[in-house]
Amino acid sequence: MQNYVKPKCTNKTGSWRSQKPVVNKEKCIGCGTCERSCPDMAVKVVDGKAVVDYDYCKGCGICANECPVKCIQMKPEKE
Amino acid sequence: MTELFLKGHRACAGCGSVLALRYVLEALGKDVIVVNATGCMEIISSQYPESNWGVPYVHCLFENTASVATGVSRALKHLDKEGTVVVIGGDGASYDIGFGAVSGAMERNEDILYVCYDNEAYANTGLQRSGATPFGSATTTTPSEMGGKGEWKKNLTFIAAAHAVPYAAAASVAFLPDLQAKLKKAKQKKGFRLVNVHAPCTVGWKINPVKAVEVARKAVECGLWNLFEIDDGKFKLSRPVGEAPVAEYLKMQGRFKHLTPKQVETIEEHARSVKPELEKLEKANVNFQRFL
Repeated sequence: MQNYVKPKCTNKTGSWRSQKPVVNKEKCIGCGTCERSCPDMAVKVVDGKAVVDYDYCKGCGICANECPVKCIQMKPEKE
Repeated sequence: MTELFLKGHRACAGCGSVLALRYVLEALGKDVIVVNATGCMEIISSQYPESNWGVPYVHCLFENTASVATGVSRALKHLDKEGTVVVIGGDGASYDIGFGAVSGAMERNEDILYVCYDNEAYANTGLQRSGATPFGSATTTTPSEMGGKGEWKKNLTFIAAAHAVPYAAAASVAFLPDLQAKLKKAKQKKGFRLVNVHAPCTVGWKINPVKAVEVARKAVECGLWNLFEIDDGKFKLSRPVGEAPVAEYLKMQGRFKHLTPKQVETIEEHARSVKPELEKLEKANVNFQRFL
């Protein structure tokens, strides 16, 4: 299919966040559950570890809740 | 994947519908034309002059989505081009306002893959009651002071099956492999295909965004949303009907906070009565396409 409008989105949603997910790299097993359950496509598994894109993460915390080994913690944004 | 739906959309944090949308594009790939009904998924993704869509995209009204998709699908056929026409519509557009056009497209068996994301209210316009709102749920038009909605939710998947469409399935964002398998199966088929996806709305259901996927999972585990498919008229459960107590599911959501113990009991009884019926239906090997 040909797309006639070039997709473009400059809207960074990271500023919406009140809590931020912090990944404990030692505990992370790289299963990708966080990547799959992020509505903002802001988590990615890179080299077997979860990496959060803070430019787009809205801080919903689904990744932290779904993580099977609980290696993601939600921390207040201001800290 | 990121080229098909870009980051930076304006959905609320923890939106279940956008999660469903993500999976839809992931499972179907880039050879699709998206026809999107007015609703949350439209306003969050197409703010002029930008667009989050990496695939061809048409936005249309609530009431004529299925008709626009019909036109697109027939034009493709006329031009002898390959591609899947995918409709993305909310429960307001699919269950209620656009239902006439949807029913017409089902009856004509148009070559469309219809994905309904069911967040159980008119979330975009301020949470009014819809045909998909469950019993007891508080919305702005069925406030908690009145005890919430007094009627049961209608079952769009069975309504589609009654039109003898080739494929109709109910899925949930909390069961990803099942949802993807259903989308892929639907893509292989010709004719009208419906995939009805249960998607939590953090604002409408008054839940903590953290728990969004967990709530969707609980809905299936307690038997209030069941995963099944009706493939060429044959009914099949995708997983055993859940038997967990509904109270746990209801307690997680602010929209059910006002419920009296009697109302909770009514919902519990209802959920328990669904299981034997669906099991009977599966066992009986009924052919839905013979009802016409």
